[in-house]
Amino acid sequence: MSAKNVLSHSFWICWKDLVEFSRSKMRVIMLILMPLFMMAMVGFIFPSNNTTIKDQPVAVANLDVGYALYVPQNHTNISMNMSQILIEQINLVNNQTGMMKLSGARDFDEIKTRIQNGELSAGIIIPINFTREIVMGRQGSVEIVTDQSNPQLSATMQIVLSKTIEAIGTQVAMYKLNTTYNISMNYTISYIKPYNVEYRGIVEGESNYFQFVAPGIIAMTLMMSVMTGLPHAISYERDVGTLDGMLMAPIHRISIILGKVLAQTIRGLVQAVIIFLLAVFLFGVTIHGNIILVVLLILLTVYSFVGLGILITSFSDREETAAMVMMTLMFPMMFMSGVFFPIQQMPEFMQMVAKFLPLTYATTALRKVMVLGADTSAVSLELAILIGFGTILLAVSVPVFKRAMTR
Amino acid sequence: MNAIEVRNLTKRFNSFTAVDHVDFDVKKGEIFGLLGPNGAGKSTTMRMLCTLTRPSEGTAKVAGYDIIKEDARVREHIGLVAEKLIMYNDLTAWENLRLYGKLYNLPEDKLEKRIDKLLKFVRMEKWKHKRVGTFSTGMKQKINVIRAMIHEPEILFLDEPTLGLDPQSTVEIRELVRRINIEQGTTMILTTHIMVEADMLCNRVGIIDRGKIVALDTPSNLKKLVSGTDTLTMEFEIPNLTTELLGNLKSVDFVVSVLQEDATHVKVRAKGEDSFDRLLDLIRKNNGKIKIVKNLEPTLEDVFIHLTGREIREDTKKASPRRRPPWGNENERGRR
Ligand SMILES: Nc1ncnc2c1ncn2[C@@H]1O[C@H](COP(=O)(O)OP(=O)(O)OP(=O)(O)O)[C@@H](O)[C@H]1O
Ligand SMILES: [Mg+2]
Repeated sequence: MSAKNVLSHSFWICWKDLVEFSRSKMRVIMLILMPLFMMAMVGFIFPSNNTTIKDQPVAVANLDVGYALYVPQNHTNISMNMSQILIEQINLVNNQTGMMKLSGARDFDEIKTRIQNGELSAGIIIPINFTREIVMGRQGSVEIVTDQSNPQLSATMQIVLSKTIEAIGTQVAMYKLNTTYNISMNYTISYIKPYNVEYRGIVEGESNYFQFVAPGIIAMTLMMSVMTGLPHAISYERDVGTLDGMLMAPIHRISIILGKVLAQTIRGLVQAVIIFLLAVFLFGVTIHGNIILVVLLILLTVYSFVGLGILITSFSDREETAAMVMMTLMFPMMFMSGVFFPIQQMPEFMQMVAKFLPLTYATTALRKVMVLGADTSAVSLELAILIGFGTILLAVSVPVFKRAMTR
Repeated sequence: MNAIEVRNLTKRFNSFTAVDHVDFDVKKGEIFGLLGPNGAGKSTTMRMLCTLTRPSEGTAKVAGYDIIKEDARVREHIGLVAEKLIMYNDLTAWENLRLYGKLYNLPEDKLEKRIDKLLKFVRMEKWKHKRVGTFSTGMKQKINVIRAMIHEPEILFLDEPTLGLDPQSTVEIRELVRRINIEQGTTMILTTHIMVEADMLCNRVGIIDRGKIVALDTPSNLKKLVSGTDTLTMEFEIPNLTTELLGNLKSVDFVVSVLQEDATHVKVRAKGEDSFDRLLDLIRKNNGKIKIVKNLEPTLEDVFIHLTGREIREDTKKASPRRRPPWGNENERGRR
């Protein structure tokens, strides 16, 4: 049986699958809706980061009692209140950024209750001895209270508030240096902060969560269409009896797999394109990478999962069994391969597991290329692993499949 | 020259032997029937011959090729009408036929001619571009049969081809099988659990029970197995037939079987030289009025009972431990 025949037979099987598919309206609609749902859901579940923090309700509890400084020269007390200045400064900074909506609070307990009631995102507490400490030449400390039930917001608010207060502190220090030691205002900053850090992305533009998640979702959709689509397509035909027609025909078993894989790949690609377009036009994701490399990666992703799909098909003689095995395999992959959150954030043993999942490499590579504009050499490790994984699984699964088909 | 030579063919599913060391030959050009009750192993035998299932033991030559060693060659020469329809409901008749034509490497022009010829053969030209899903069960089965013939196979396997069809479609399909055999000279091997069908269609019949071939001959020779013995089959019409009488009939030892056909008719098989006289005596003694007595020609059913001591009954269907998806599916023809 020549290679030309194998290809021709696969083509006709693929053609049949696609025609069948296109005549089922429900399935066509799902094909388009699935990526849309996925992107929208992801957008709701995982809020975006601090670039979009706006008008967060924050309360300030000022417990500071001030400090009366005795001036021996004229035997008088000067009443000092550093906290008032701090609050004014906070207001001033916030007027520019608009990140917070400030209000007052009596004490920690009030802040606590209001956070629990969901009225506040965070609170600032200026302690009783704030002025005193400063006057005594020590540091004035400020407490920041955050909502621990929302770790993401909590972390963000911590950063926002610390930065605000730090900025005010810097201003104060600069002023002191200037007045006390007569250092020119232009140079004061170099005494306080001799080193300056600037953030610069390796590609232009701001990053957002969709930017992070879109490549992962593309990889995941491809994985699902091969891993669920393939076993489903074959075990369905086996249950219905039409698979016998193909097994009876004088065609190579490879043609059946190839035809089915081809049909699934085309469906996966259509979905990938839909996600791609949604990401760019609806969710403002900017793509930096080489499109040819992206396509290559997509095909490699399919390649790396085909063997797994075939293996599942061979082991599960019924559609139900196939569906169950697939689900058990797919869910861990979905959540442990860094599709939705970075692998680095996962516990160590999960990171170990992730190293053995091909989806990890597909996601990483797609992300590097699409978001960071990486070239082939930057993803060569991922490419090699995907090819290796796919080849080994195919080498195992094709003979198993052939055996399973003749029972 | 034989089209099929089966030698020692055996299939075990775990410890259960579905087909048990079967031997038979099918001659070129004949219609060969495998007759047996549900679960007898008919389908399993067919699937092994079609290279869809690997035998546990033994082998067979189909169209001159070994089903294990030369399975690819076997496939080129055979067609299968399976228990389930091998067709895609969302494709049209033409698309279905074309798909299989392509899988059998038919060149484009030849394929189109073949499709038209086959559609004409079953008088379904009008339905060429209609989706198969909209067809009646009988129409689907016709397309299913010509689909199996798209590559002009030497041998056509038909696994219960009339299962689930209405009486008219059943007649049409039987007619079609006969026409294919006569006009195209195709060798046919068909399975059935319907005695009449085997009797009507087949040149020779193998009776299979519990995985074993228990008899194999022409239908008329098979019937001689019964008529040659001292067993009689009679139909009585008794206007005052009572259950008590039926019970008494069943209880005597020379009566093999009693089958009540309606309120007044009963079919009785009895054994022994003087069984006829003894039957008449018995009925009279029970105050039965005999209106008509008919001596029935033996049927293949009688042969089966004679050979196995059991009847082939439709209701064994339900008892058959067959594996089937719980939700059923459209391709499965309904079972009566
Ligand atoms: N894949 C399988 N696994 C286990 N047992 C099976 C399998 N296929 C068939 N059997 C069993 O083998 C026996 C023979 O089945 P087969 O389908 O050949 O019977 P059949 O004569 O075609 O009956 P029917 O009239 O119901 O079609 C049955 O008892 C069936 O349950
Ligand atoms: Mg059967």
